[in-house]
Amino acid sequence: MNPKSLRLLIPMLSAVSAIAVSSLIIVMAGSDPIMIFQKMFRSTLGTPYGVGQVVFRMTTLVLMGLAVAIPFQIRLFNIGAEGQLLMGTFAAAMTGAMLPAAMPSAVSITLCICSAIAAGACWALLAGTLKVRFGVNEVIATIMLNFIAQGITGYLLTYHFAIPSTVHTPQINANAIIPSFDSVTGLVTNSPANLSTLLTAGVTLLCWILLFHSRFGFEMRASGIQPEAAQYGGINAGMHTLTAMGIGGAIAGLGAANLVLGYKHYYEAGMTGGIGFTGIAVALLAGAHPLWILLSALFFGFLEYGGLTVNAWIPKDIFMIIEAITIILVISFSALGKRWL
Amino acid sequence: MGIAVRLNDVSKKFGSFFANRNISLSVEEGAIHALVGENGAGKSTLTKIIYGMHLPTSGEVIIQGKPVRFTSPRDAIAAGIGMVHQHFMLVPELSVAENIILGHEQTALFRSLPLKKAKALIQKDAEAYGLAVDPDAPVANLSIGEQQRVEILKLLFRQAAIMIFDEPTAVLTPSETDRLFATLRSLRARGKTVILITHKLDEVLNVADTISVMRKGEIVGTVPASSVTKPELARMMVGRSVLLRVINTPASPQEIILNIHNLRYLTQTGEEKLHDLSLNIKAGEIYGIAGVEGNGQSELVKALWGLAPAGSSLSGEATLKGKSLIGQSPATIARMGVSHTPENRLRHAVILDYTIAENLLFGRHRERSFHQGIGFNKRVIKAYTETMIADYDIRCTSPDRQPLSDLSGGNQQKVVLARELGRPDISLLILAQPTRGVDIGAIETIHKKIIEARDSGMAILLVSSELEEIMALSTRIACFYKGSVRHEFSQEEVELKRVAGHEFEKEIGLYIT
Repeated sequence: MNPKSLRLLIPMLSAVSAIAVSSLIIVMAGSDPIMIFQKMFRSTLGTPYGVGQVVFRMTTLVLMGLAVAIPFQIRLFNIGAEGQLLMGTFAAAMTGAMLPAAMPSAVSITLCICSAIAAGACWALLAGTLKVRFGVNEVIATIMLNFIAQGITGYLLTYHFAIPSTVHTPQINANAIIPSFDSVTGLVTNSPANLSTLLTAGVTLLCWILLFHSRFGFEMRASGIQPEAAQYGGINAGMHTLTAMGIGGAIAGLGAANLVLGYKHYYEAGMTGGIGFTGIAVALLAGAHPLWILLSALFFGFLEYGGLTVNAWIPKDIFMIIEAITIILVISFSALGKRWL
Repeated sequence: MGIAVRLNDVSKKFGSFFANRNISLSVEEGAIHALVGENGAGKSTLTKIIYGMHLPTSGEVIIQGKPVRFTSPRDAIAAGIGMVHQHFMLVPELSVAENIILGHEQTALFRSLPLKKAKALIQKDAEAYGLAVDPDAPVANLSIGEQQRVEILKLLFRQAAIMIFDEPTAVLTPSETDRLFATLRSLRARGKTVILITHKLDEVLNVADTISVMRKGEIVGTVPASSVTKPELARMMVGRSVLLRVINTPASPQEIILNIHNLRYLTQTGEEKLHDLSLNIKAGEIYGIAGVEGNGQSELVKALWGLAPAGSSLSGEATLKGKSLIGQSPATIARMGVSHTPENRLRHAVILDYTIAENLLFGRHRERSFHQGIGFNKRVIKAYTETMIADYDIRCTSPDRQPLSDLSGGNQQKVVLARELGRPDISLLILAQPTRGVDIGAIETIHKKIIEARDSGMAILLVSSELEEIMALSTRIACFYKGSVRHEFSQEEVELKRVAGHEFEKEIGLYIT
């Protein structure tokens, strides 16, 4: 068979087998798979609200995917997107609530985003510094920093900033809110999708240019693939470790724009819900390539929200199994495809 | 004698490119059959077909009279074929005996390993073929030559009747090479069939019975070793008469560029690698360093390129036109006008996954002329790539797409040299083993380019373990021994003695051992 038809065959094979396996599981759980799939599609891609929900989830997932993918290009495994996002969301919410109410919208939003980016970047740079300075494995460092981030945000929320008898901080200023698509265009009615999606698309494009079309990316990828050769070529690998982690963390922190400024408008306990970890799967499925991350995040966003919509017919636990199996199938098939081509 | 391996009209295509075209070949049982050819001539592809790593696109492979269709090396091993790869397939943490039985344990999964029995067998083979090596030593502690012996023992343990050696001498010292050849002869004496891939003609003429010459994917001739001479073989390989020695016009050295004074280098463990080394290199000359490997040459090159590892200490002076090189980073040193081809090309000079075009740029990507915005100027780079490929005769199909790992060793080295010799405003060029693993045709190109670079006024430091190369190219020759210059031949001496050839080689040999 020629490579071109194979290239089409692989995604189709993985889709078909994923549908087959999930159908089997749904039948075993005592439901009708066709009905479930219909409901899923109708309530996600079939309604403007559903589309908005998928886009909203996809936006955060793209950012988390990039936060993992960029360090991955230099062979660093950033498990800490979750912690970096936590720090970012908390920072954005606090900044948004503390800014003077009269400050113009553009300035307020920019300041909130900057604080989120800075918080995320600092958190990741801690792991980067530990790696460069003391040789601490970045996997361990980022996992530990996740716990610390949880501790810090939890403590600050509970003992200092939460509105009494709630688990969230005060609302951010109206001027710091990123408008929803609904309010601007009237599309995707009432859904949480907001303009930070456009920002995310821009960031994705920037990452792609940075990695594959800039001198910086040329050096960075080289020191990831062959560190010794990079050293001979006069490239400072330690510097690239720091910048890659810093950029990854900054992008994770940027997730706050979507979650806090665009949707909740405050920081709430558990609002990130482990989406930083899903980012690892998003990045790996996309082969750590920024443009493929858009697609892979769309896929995960669809699964996440689609799962919620069929909750009434199929238990959440069963859907979790289906989601995980689907991911494993897709990754296995794409690995198989690479071997065949 | 029967025919051990017969190929009938075998072709192998990668895309539209014929790596092997209509190959017909008979390898006699109990003979040493050499395959020679330039890098990229298709020798490796052919052996990979025999060893089951590639399926031929068309044609027939017959082993010991039986047509076969190997889909993996496992099939080939079962048919009695073994291969010693250029890069050894050993587990450093395991002992010699464990490595040898690995994958061929001949015991139930949860039974203990029959190490004792294996060791006895290994001992027997080792004695029979002159392959002495301690079966209990961890492989990590062995020298390259010893590791190769383990690879051969592995094949013997699997009772391979046909043994393929891929460039076995590329990594060996001269005495280890002699030893390997003795082993090959004793293998032949006991009826094993040896297929030897190499591009070193002296060796082939020395050890082989039959020689097949490959060029551009085809076999251009098969001749008995006794009836052919080195120049004849070289002509068959390259397709034209080659100069086995480059024309070295007299050099006219100018002012001193590099000055090294009392340079001392201590490793982390306090071992003295350079001992009060003093030398100077002038513009427009090639300063050759002859020496047995491990006498401080590598350390000198590392020190000059700013890569003395952490924990080592450097004292003394090394100045480029009066400015010190000690303590500078490679990027700074490059900016000062130094260019460098490291001895370990695969690890240090190229990014194998990057394309050919990207590798031509790698290390020079800071030069302004290539820049545009935050990225690169594609037009300038395309023109530069094309010029370099034409100039250095780099054999490739699409430089923007092909990863460098696609190229043969010789062509990879041409990429490195094209890049490093082409740097603008070089005053010092450091060449470490510039033709290691490179075939005759490419050596000729490379040597010409080095002489050209000299004539353009660069100061060139040449480190090579090939005495012939040092003698052919150098203006002055320093004999390195234990980290300092034991003897230096002046320009007049070198020019006078170069013609003496072998005599001169012996004289240098006295100073470096």
